[in-house]
Amino acid sequence: MKQPFPFSAIVGQEDMKLAMILTAVDPSIGGVLVFGDRGTGKSTAVRALAALLPPIKAVEGCPTNSEKVADCPEWAEIGSKKIITKPTPVIDLPLGATEDRVVGALDIEKALTRGEKAFEPGLLARANRGYLYIDEVNLLEDHIVDLLLDVAQSGENVIEREGLSIRHAARFVLVGSGNPEEGELRPQLLDRFGLSVDVTTPTDIDDRIEVIRRRDAYDGDHTAFMLRWQAEDAIIRDDILKARKLLKKMKTPDSTLRDCAELCVALGSDGLRGELTLLKTARALAAYQGDKTVTRAHVKAIAPASLRHRLRRDPLDEAGSGTRVTRIVEEVLA
Amino acid sequence: MSTSEDTWLRAATALNLLAVDPVGLGGLWLRARSGPVRDRLIEGLQALPLPLRKIHPTIADEQLFGGVDVSATLAAGTVVEAKGIIGQPSALILTMAERADAGLAGKLALALENHTCHSLILLDEGDGDEEQAPPALRDRLALHIDATDIAWQDTTDVALPKADIDAARARLDTIHADDTVLKHLTQFAQDLGINSLRAPILAVRVARVHCALFGGDEIDEDDLRAAVQLVYALRATRMPEPEPEQQDDMPPPPPDKTEGEQGESETPEDFQIPEEVLLEAVKASLPADLLAHLAKQESKAKTPAGAGSGDKKKGNRRGRPLPSRPGQIDGTSKVDLVATLRAAAPWQPIRRECSPRGTHLHIRAEDIRIKRFEEKSDRLLIFAVDASGSAAFSRLNEAKGAIELLLAEAYARRDHVALVAFRGDSAEILLPPTRSLVQTKRRLAALPGGGGTPLAAGLKSALDMALQARKRGMTPTVAILTDGRANIALDGTANRSAAGEDADKMAKSLRSHAVDCLVIDMSNRPQQALKQLSETLLAPYVPLPRADAQRLSSAVSAVLSD
Repeated sequence: MKQPFPFSAIVGQEDMKLAMILTAVDPSIGGVLVFGDRGTGKSTAVRALAALLPPIKAVEGCPTNSEKVADCPEWAEIGSKKIITKPTPVIDLPLGATEDRVVGALDIEKALTRGEKAFEPGLLARANRGYLYIDEVNLLEDHIVDLLLDVAQSGENVIEREGLSIRHAARFVLVGSGNPEEGELRPQLLDRFGLSVDVTTPTDIDDRIEVIRRRDAYDGDHTAFMLRWQAEDAIIRDDILKARKLLKKMKTPDSTLRDCAELCVALGSDGLRGELTLLKTARALAAYQGDKTVTRAHVKAIAPASLRHRLRRDPLDEAGSGTRVTRIVEEVLA
Repeated sequence: MSTSEDTWLRAATALNLLAVDPVGLGGLWLRARSGPVRDRLIEGLQALPLPLRKIHPTIADEQLFGGVDVSATLAAGTVVEAKGIIGQPSALILTMAERADAGLAGKLALALENHTCHSLILLDEGDGDEEQAPPALRDRLALHIDATDIAWQDTTDVALPKADIDAARARLDTIHADDTVLKHLTQFAQDLGINSLRAPILAVRVARVHCALFGGDEIDEDDLRAAVQLVYALRATRMPEPEPEQQDDMPPPPPDKTEGEQGESETPEDFQIPEEVLLEAVKASLPADLLAHLAKQESKAKTPAGAGSGDKKKGNRRGRPLPSRPGQIDGTSKVDLVATLRAAAPWQPIRRECSPRGTHLHIRAEDIRIKRFEEKSDRLLIFAVDASGSAAFSRLNEAKGAIELLLAEAYARRDHVALVAFRGDSAEILLPPTRSLVQTKRRLAALPGGGGTPLAAGLKSALDMALQARKRGMTPTVAILTDGRANIALDGTANRSAAGEDADKMAKSLRSHAVDCLVIDMSNRPQQALKQLSETLLAPYVPLPRADAQRLSSAVSAVLSD
């Protein structure tokens, strides 16, 4: 299979790229929601990110990508104790996927041939320690959304059905994309996404031409094109790895905490998830930029992406919450 | 304007291009009614280097992705896996593509992106703009052909010999699109109001394939014209401004941009395609009425009608599972294997003794359990708004405010909404069923007032929409907002008494179809005529209280919550 389009070769869409990088630096930020028109490179960016990320170490054959043999679920019956490296998993959750495919179900083959009750893991198991990508997330069936909410919050997938009683780790970064004109997303699900970015088609004709040019080069002269961008992808990858190290030693002064809290009070965001995500994202941003302390500038830079979808929203407000956040950020953190 | 013969030639070209590069082009969206012309085109697909597989919009996941072949498994006593269609490289032909829902579209789009060995042909028999193949799929397919108007006598055999096609495929990699081509195609896509960047990417590909197929080492004007006709014509949302001075304003690409080896120096004399040529090409490939239609659309919002999710969904949600029931494998329902096994389990020892067949599982027809789901149908709230001059004078703005409040509630309940406005001499669907409130609000705000009150036309439009929605599994409710002074009859003439009769007839028709209605009187003083209308409709009557949209909203929700 062809290698995906290189991440660094995506023209523009800086907000989206930064948000994705930050979730790679600190997966606990909790996912990215990308809203925008068709053909703006949403899926391309997600697939590119997967190729960019450093590989993970996992037990060979483990369906949930466990890091240590001890973490492997019992039902998986893994013979091997070998640790292998594999690319960060990015799992697509297609619209209309059945509950069985998402959470896992009884393994019919084993049930019929051996008469055993065995578990066949679903998409959530495979996405553990990686990314779960939902295209057109706003069109997802409600009952699947409920399921995802539950798992995304607890980091654990619990299956109690068909006589099975199984639980396994399911910690993943949710990446959702969609077109707001086609339908809204329930506020409960909105809140679970750490960051939210809007993407638009570039209106600058030169940008558009550059997009087409690169895409054409990618299709036409694949090897040369990948070689050309390999180095720049590597720079981003190194920065992410460095940032992960820096993040552990990141200093968070009280004044920054106060900034976060004040901002969220002023915006009237529900619950405390806003503050927590804002802080985490600011820390990740500081780490990615190579700073050792989180400052007001970091908070300011990342506030729109981490707060815009958490406002108690007037569903008819057209201007978009992004502008509101920017305005209040300017007022509070002047 | 397009003649039937030209369209046929274009369609034939599209088939030949697809035969050269089925995977790179993604596929073909063929809009045509079933008939000899379409059959002839489908026949042409035999030239594709991939096996053809036919699928239908209600195809089950097991068929698409593979799964257990239930009947074979039960017969054999061991698991027999059915191979999924998506597992092997093939050209998928989706029949009745206009009925495909967003879920199937998502899965097929994923297949197109991931396994780069597929090609998709959408056979779209849709009627009008409301019924079209899912936009997520259309966007990913390069070739768009509208073959509705091709006459049978114009169809000729134009398939190219296989050797030519193979030669073109071999040559394809040697043909590169230079910067001028990229620029022209990108610029032109923008001028036509095509936002998705997939369109120019695919157009470049089509130009390359066309060039490979019809000789030439460099992409020339013919190739570009073909690309524009096949890729852009049906995607265009507007026509570029024809004024020449506007094009002079448009500066040539800034010289500071790094162009690689393609210097600007060779651009002007060597190869330049005036935009008009491309424009002519697009115009030529549009069906005559579509052009008029485009012009009309310009005044409306940019998004083509029917982009909402509401109308694409057929309302048949999978729903929550219910306990399974004894049943038969008839191909339409899913077998609940676990329940089936459980039902069969107690009988195993006895059956083993009775049967000489050995020790494997004995499952009989009476053990089969069928899965059942509880389906919930979505509610659709249709607002039929009177935007006539009289209403505008009285309280159109207040009514708009009231609708907004109702919309906010519809949002909370996850209802679909639709807008029908009637003014002048006809009714107009401002917004097909959708869940997007932003769009609804935008269309509502832009609704002007003025003209007569064609109440009957408004009711008719609402009725049509309600019946259509019901076919898709939604439960429609019509909220009629008017001041009741119907003065335009159904045929558009200004005749007060005929208008009243027509409105009465339409109201009776609504009632006979048992569509839930609600009449909101937005005149200054409650109107007797509207009271009567509500009685004919067997619908609640709510006079719009003075300057109290909130109260109206609560009155309406009280009615709706029954």
